[in-house]
Amino acid sequence: MADLSCKIAGVSSPNPFWLASAPPTDKRYNVERAFEAGWGGVVWKTLGEDGPPIVNVSSRYGSVDFSGQRMMGFNNIELITDRPLQINLDEITAVKKAWPDRALVVSLMVPCNEQAWKDILKKVEQTGCDGVELNFGCPHGMSERGMGAAVGQVPEYIQEVTEWCKIHTDLPVFVKLTPNISDIRRPARAAFDGGADAVSLINTINSIVSIDLDIMAPTPTVAGKGVHGGYCGPAVKPIALSMVSEIARDPHTRNLPISGIGGIGDWRDAAEYISLGCGSVQVCTAAMRYGFRIIDDLVDGLNNWMDEKGYTTLEDFRGAAIPNVTDWQYLDLNYKTIAAIDQETCIECGLCHITCEDTSHQAISASKDENGKRTYTVIDEECVGCNLCYLVCPVPKCISMNEVDNGLPYLNWTEHPNNPMK
Amino acid sequence: MNADIRCARLDPEEISRNFSELHTPLTELQAIQESARCLFCHDAPCIEACPTGIDIPGFIRKIASGNITGAAKTILSENIMGNTCGNVCPVEELCEQVCVKNTSEEKPVVIGQLQRYATDFMFERGIQPYEAGPETGKSIAVVGAGPAGLSCAHRLSMFGHSVTIFESRNEPGGLNEYGLAAYKMLDDRAAREVAFILDIGGINMVTGKTLGEDFDLAELRRDYDAVFIGLGQNAVNALGIENEAVDGVYNAVEFIELIRQEDLSTLPVGRQVVVIGGGNTAIDMAVQIKKLGAESVTMVYRRGLDEMGATEYEQQVAQTNGVLIRTHARPHRILTRDDQLNAIEFEYTEKDANGRLTGTGEIFALPVDQLFKAIGQALDATPLDGDEKPETSHGRIKVNECQRSSLPDVWAGGDCTAGKDLTVTAVQDGKIAAISINETLNHG
Repeated sequence: MADLSCKIAGVSSPNPFWLASAPPTDKRYNVERAFEAGWGGVVWKTLGEDGPPIVNVSSRYGSVDFSGQRMMGFNNIELITDRPLQINLDEITAVKKAWPDRALVVSLMVPCNEQAWKDILKKVEQTGCDGVELNFGCPHGMSERGMGAAVGQVPEYIQEVTEWCKIHTDLPVFVKLTPNISDIRRPARAAFDGGADAVSLINTINSIVSIDLDIMAPTPTVAGKGVHGGYCGPAVKPIALSMVSEIARDPHTRNLPISGIGGIGDWRDAAEYISLGCGSVQVCTAAMRYGFRIIDDLVDGLNNWMDEKGYTTLEDFRGAAIPNVTDWQYLDLNYKTIAAIDQETCIECGLCHITCEDTSHQAISASKDENGKRTYTVIDEECVGCNLCYLVCPVPKCISMNEVDNGLPYLNWTEHPNNPMK
Repeated sequence: MNADIRCARLDPEEISRNFSELHTPLTELQAIQESARCLFCHDAPCIEACPTGIDIPGFIRKIASGNITGAAKTILSENIMGNTCGNVCPVEELCEQVCVKNTSEEKPVVIGQLQRYATDFMFERGIQPYEAGPETGKSIAVVGAGPAGLSCAHRLSMFGHSVTIFESRNEPGGLNEYGLAAYKMLDDRAAREVAFILDIGGINMVTGKTLGEDFDLAELRRDYDAVFIGLGQNAVNALGIENEAVDGVYNAVEFIELIRQEDLSTLPVGRQVVVIGGGNTAIDMAVQIKKLGAESVTMVYRRGLDEMGATEYEQQVAQTNGVLIRTHARPHRILTRDDQLNAIEFEYTEKDANGRLTGTGEIFALPVDQLFKAIGQALDATPLDGDEKPETSHGRIKVNECQRSSLPDVWAGGDCTAGKDLTVTAVQDGKIAAISINETLNHG
């Protein structure tokens, strides 16, 4: 059995699986159920400043279903916690006391002035929590009031608020980043320069998941109207992985701990984030689809996979994929693969042929014998090794992409004769 | 010789084709697609319907995530014979019957086949997740190396107790090895599973020793801290009609055992075959004798189809294999010619006003070369004889909810106790007994 214990920015947890700041972490009842189920930590749903509680709308979530599967993408128009501050603080205190070994980080979002941050930090410190996460990511509602993504989209604000927080608390400070920007490295550098102990990413992406064509309004619909919400779930994982990798590779932030978020539904997703350098991972949509019991396979699956690979701790493979993420210009232009179709397992659906023929390189021939048997064959000379046939083939391992030994040495674009900038 | 019984009615290749597996194993693609159909229900009805209470949605989710070893462990943690059960459980009346997908799509998730997929995956990689617990110094005797006994022994070993299994046959496995239809349990599947169970260690297997002959219950109670009895059903019910002992009349269970153990081309197969009974044993017998080349096979059951022990799915398997099922008729008389089996007479039945089955007096005869009796088995409790004997009730050893018999140090389970006579229930009995034995030995 591998050791799944995790430490990030001074915060420890028995496993790297944390629930992200979201509805599942809004109150003691949910959080304790999560801990009972085995979650390693939570980021408590975002607290705002003391005062009249936040007001939420009725009808809050929307879904993108795909091929009969629910919630491949998910969005929400909910705001930060709508419960009184003191109730949250009391519950956080009680939960941390009852579950000392679990990570309990508190998400915060207050107006962009030093006093507001100082005040909330002093209150939160009293709870005994392990750290704070600055919510600079929420893309709806709060951003219109100058908070959330409105801060996260301006690196100078990120740096300034982070600095205030570092002045006014000794707790580890996680800065949660919004993906609704053009270059994730700039807000990450700002967080780093402001003294952040870690960054958490990604927050949700601006989205309209669908238009109800009967009432001509976006979903979720509130009294006939809709707004853009925050998109998450399996669909956003590739975007998040890319952003995580950029921060992990950036010389400015390469040692900045990362808590990975975005579409993590099973242990394999988590392992991918950790391979890109994440210390912990945060989950929300998968828990909201199935309940907290998914932690069983997250832990068991990661454990079995690590045993199989001979990894004894998360550190054994954390960041292992970073050196293999590079820039396009450094890819080996002499490397060549071509597709091969296993005729034994081919079910004759023809998808490889028609997609290659219509949309790629006309590298798969089609023939039919007198008995109606269809045969699809790769034309080696035409195949550019694009992977399309391999990706559309419905039969596992039927099409393989095989390296061709062309005897040519490594040659990247910077050295290529066709490069006019060389 | 009048009766037309001979060996090798079909050529070996055809027989071999006929005995290919009922369910071919799922491919990786099928397993991925089928596991994606599972909704991962909360408080899932399939778990409730499983006699061993396997976390079915949990293991299916693990298959979906690619954690197949984890899926197998989830299965085996509740049912150490999960591999066999994935093959032979009547899932159509257990887990799959209550799958919520029956309601939404009229087709359940194929739980049994997914269970087999996961456990095959683990077995094929030689992964052994279990080891005997730290030694407790207690020793337990288990009588019978069938599913109940093996399950009990395995769990006891996990607790660190030392176990000795006494088995009267030369090979362990019980009905899994000897009693299941050959087309449901190909190859050495049963033996592979037994080897996996014993591999935990701490279990001493004594074969060829029979209770009541080579040793008795009193000795076991004297020499061991506890005793588990998993005798199965060691006797076969008789028709109680004339000429029952004539050549050509067989007990189905004994013949099924031959099919599992012998070269199929050497088995005697009648031209016109009649099988009496309405349970899964009758179906297994009828289907297999047809596969061996019998020309006509008629199954005769005294009540209606809806009262058959065999599930609707099993009935369909029989019908697709060309077995004719006749109902509402009970055996009346076996007719011989020149001391050879020749025909069997049946009397039509009906229910009287009180719902009791009675004969109508009308008789019909079926010509028969080979007759199989599959009208149930029974427990012969004589081997348990001695000064103190566990109480029996309705022909089975009486046990409480912990599988404990009337004797405080004797537990029992499987087909020798009441309940459904299925591998899966026997495994559960053995598991419950082991937990109870452990608690008793630890806390008195």
